[in-house]
Amino acid sequence: MNNFTYTTAGSITAALQHTKRHPQAMYIAGGTNLLDLWKYNLLHPQTLVDLNGVPGYHTIEAKEGGGLQLGALVTNAATAYHPLIEQRYPLLSKAILAGASAQIRNMATNGGNLLQRTRCYYYYDGDVPCNKREPGTGCSAIKGYNRIHAILGASEHCIAVFPSDMCVALAALEAVVQITGQQGKRSIPFADFHRLPGNAPEKDNALQAGDIITSIDLPAKEFAHHYSYLKLRDRHSYAFALVSVATALELEGNEIKEARIALGGVAHKPWRIPEAEQLLQGKPATAESFAQAADKLLEGAQGYPHNQFKIELAKKAIIRNGLMALHPETQLPGAQPSA
Amino acid sequence: MEKQTYSRRFFLSTSSMAAAAVALIPGNVKAFYKNVKKRFIPAKSVNTLSLTINQKQYTVQADTRTTLLDLLREQLQLTGSKKGCDHGQCGACTVHVNGERVLSCLTLAALVQNQPITTIEGLAEGDQLHPMQQAFIECDGFQCGYCTPGQIMSAVACVKEGHTHSVEEIKEFMSGNLCRCGAYNGIVESIQKVAAR
Repeated sequence: MNNFTYTTAGSITAALQHTKRHPQAMYIAGGTNLLDLWKYNLLHPQTLVDLNGVPGYHTIEAKEGGGLQLGALVTNAATAYHPLIEQRYPLLSKAILAGASAQIRNMATNGGNLLQRTRCYYYYDGDVPCNKREPGTGCSAIKGYNRIHAILGASEHCIAVFPSDMCVALAALEAVVQITGQQGKRSIPFADFHRLPGNAPEKDNALQAGDIITSIDLPAKEFAHHYSYLKLRDRHSYAFALVSVATALELEGNEIKEARIALGGVAHKPWRIPEAEQLLQGKPATAESFAQAADKLLEGAQGYPHNQFKIELAKKAIIRNGLMALHPETQLPGAQPSA
Repeated sequence: MEKQTYSRRFFLSTSSMAAAAVALIPGNVKAFYKNVKKRFIPAKSVNTLSLTINQKQYTVQADTRTTLLDLLREQLQLTGSKKGCDHGQCGACTVHVNGERVLSCLTLAALVQNQPITTIEGLAEGDQLHPMQQAFIECDGFQCGYCTPGQIMSAVACVKEGHTHSVEEIKEFMSGNLCRCGAYNGIVESIQKVAAR
């Protein structure tokens, strides 16, 4: 574990100035993933710039004309239990509460949740090749034990998956990430924020050096009535998803007016295929309709020796979760399959 | 082969000669060694931290890398919070910061300055155990006891948060605390007992 110096930033400008002068500096907010990786000797910050004291990003605010702005420094737990989230974006609340443990949700921030690194065992093992950890060394997972790895969007350089639950719901809700960087402010639609590994798996997302996520904006469309988050994993609770599904529906009677489906645990980013959602438009909300969408979402899926099962599991999870979304009140704690 | 033996006299005379030889190393050699050491072993960065733990104020000098858990255990002799995995997987280090349960192993001490911190040592009122501590005793909520401080801190928060409507809900919201003895049934029972009060 390397030494580092510690400093606090009183404003975004001060934080940006610091990282401009010291490119080896890293920002810290909740620190749950950063300190874990630092203890494993995988991250080597020279300076930690503490963002927790930066005012203006600790609240959840309703925006004019609908939608919410989630401050980047609000904790995951405070977000999940916020009345505006519980009432208007319950899918997000469910997804957050399916992730990590109560303790970690109290510490981890919204901005940090987007920036988690993969939990691929080979990434965490500093003694074996990993293109994400050391570009150009190779991928140990492709020919190794790959139960938890990607079935969609992977490359010959990396088959790691992105671990967040919260982000699966944010993808389904079409959130927008607000960023302030050395060149000023910009916003990135959620679908473009995380990236596929391609030939640069060391890059998880579209952030540039020094960039700070300031907020995550939720659009006016809330899907407050028909939604469900289903998480399937090796342990009953407190484990990363093998497959997870966020489903949001807008219904008229039993007819689907609009559908959103995002998958977690299957790719290097939350997986969404808009064509699959369009297939559901105007269809009855039945297992048959969801099965068609599932086939579209899993088109081109490629399994490896130990995760072949995920393809069928994901299809069944999509159907099951579509039906669960019709009765969100029956959902169980921890995003378990309801009866 | 003859067995080699060393007398007390031999030890004293050789060690005093060695000490004299070290003392004779000229200053510039020592300075050179110091420089080499400085080059290869980077200096620690030490901060003065001010923390409020169990309603008591502490001001301590600590390496910037010090986690709250290490500060409690190594510098403040508050060894109730336990180090299980040191990676946020077991929950043995659970404490309350601002009344909320967090993992002290993944919290840098510098980040929680001037925020009220409660550890297992701060739960009882004098000799009067906290109801959750009492319930753990009555319901056999532990066997070896290593995870217990973390379990109790988490359980107190679980009741406060109101996640006690069913056994399933308690298990879900206590899943961040592992118990290798498998005292889970007693732990769930303890929580139900306190929640029913």
